[in-house]
Amino acid sequence: MVDTKVNLCGIELDNPVIPASGTFGYGYPFCRYYDINILGSFSFKGTTKDERFGNPTPRIAECKSGMINSIGLQNPGVEAVINRELPIIRRVFKKKVMANVSGFSVEEYVYTCEQLDKCDEIGWFELNVSCPNVHGGGMAFGVDPVNIYNVTKAVKDAVKKPVIVKLSPNVTDIKVMAKACEDAGADGLSLINCIMGMKIDIARRRPVIKNKMGGYSGDGIFPVAVRMVYEVAHTVKIPLVGMGGISSAEDVIEMMMAGATAVEIGTANLVNPYASKEIIEDLPRVMEKYRIEKLTDIIGACE
Amino acid sequence: MKNMFKILQNKKIARDVYELLLQGDTSKIDEAGSFVNIKIDGFQLRRPISVCDLNGDKLTLVYKVFGKGTEALSKMQEGELDLLTGLGNGYKTGLSGNNPLLIGGGVGVPPLYYLARLLIKEGKNPGVILGFNALDEIFYEKEFQALGCKTVVTTVDGSYGIKGFVTDALGEFDYSYVYTCGPGPMLKAVYDKTVTSGQYSFEERMGCGFGVCMGCSVKTKNGFKRICADGPVLVKEEIIW
Repeated sequence: MVDTKVNLCGIELDNPVIPASGTFGYGYPFCRYYDINILGSFSFKGTTKDERFGNPTPRIAECKSGMINSIGLQNPGVEAVINRELPIIRRVFKKKVMANVSGFSVEEYVYTCEQLDKCDEIGWFELNVSCPNVHGGGMAFGVDPVNIYNVTKAVKDAVKKPVIVKLSPNVTDIKVMAKACEDAGADGLSLINCIMGMKIDIARRRPVIKNKMGGYSGDGIFPVAVRMVYEVAHTVKIPLVGMGGISSAEDVIEMMMAGATAVEIGTANLVNPYASKEIIEDLPRVMEKYRIEKLTDIIGACE
Repeated sequence: MKNMFKILQNKKIARDVYELLLQGDTSKIDEAGSFVNIKIDGFQLRRPISVCDLNGDKLTLVYKVFGKGTEALSKMQEGELDLLTGLGNGYKTGLSGNNPLLIGGGVGVPPLYYLARLLIKEGKNPGVILGFNALDEIFYEKEFQALGCKTVVTTVDGSYGIKGFVTDALGEFDYSYVYTCGPGPMLKAVYDKTVTSGQYSFEERMGCGFGVCMGCSVKTKNGFKRICADGPVLVKEEIIW
């Protein structure tokens, strides 16, 4: 018997597999495909203080080895999440869920997190300071070490639950951002969010995405994500959640060897709703193949 | 877990338009206007295609080659396809009255075929308007006629049937309700020029196709809706143009 348990910021997970925010809704749409209680956890759709429609459509484009999205944080707002979504989550998911939070000012992040801090269903916060699709919003925090420090510190001071900050890859040096978060008291980091990309419809000579560009995700970003997790793991001491193009149990192992304590599965869930389940079920086989008894043994095992 | 369908036939029936006959587990498909999402090797995202007809475990899809994904699909003559089935909120037949009018434009035509069959099964008498750009794009006229439906074809260039748009054929019918699917401008014209209520099927680029990514959201009078999960069919009264 292999041991797939990991501990993320003080909460034990049966396995390190966490569907990523924006690819899993509020969890329950996947119940028609499998019992989501097999997951380590899941990170729910990025939530803001107020309801948001998001960006104009088309918001989605197929591209080489991945996809581009420009959703723009469509969500019903924190009040509706607490009153409408969390009661459903409580019925279908018996473990702690990760609350992905976004905002347009430090005050908004603090307000939204304070509201969610009272909810027992939530285990961690994942601060989205890295959404590539909101002009003048979330991204501004993610690309400036002073801003990212301030928002992390303000949320940390306001809530009891562990705070994980989700980092953007669209910076010159992700290590600087990671260090700023750690200095501000972050309990963990998750990375990477989407890489800014663009797809042009050559017949129409214009971008496929209405907002022109968006976040590139999927298979193509995996090596970039592994590299960034590896770099950040050698920069900070707090635990990391690795993500970006993971679609197999082997990818999970690789990401953990780079330094991740847990992983998030994103685009793979959209392509194949069974992806996270299949990865979890395949993990023991792959662990045995590579003679891994405990997953915790391989965190950062790559020299 | 994967729902694999065997390819029985995949043939060209009009310019860039193919009819794909599949066999597999169709138990989750109930409504006309619902769709399946097809995984095509070598492409990240699935391709959503509406149900054209259903007979037991046999599923008919009619699709147009738009890009590389559908081009690759059009070349598959045998083997299996991984489908997610029973997706979307389809056409509801209860409100149709006795003489519903089915209006399809281009590759908006296919979902109306299964709908026509369901309406006829309920004892109703659907009329059909099919709009195309030109003669070589026309498909399924005979199939609708074989169901016993009065079927009028329009072509933009006048190469067949009534010259003009689908709305130019409205005078041919006394109708109790409208079911339609086609390009956005056609839907808008049908909305403006028909007098009854109706159900309108919309198209958007989708990420997942099952309601989680928020890629295909639209604003309606009843709030934000996901075309993949709350649609693709919307009722006339909730549409915002």
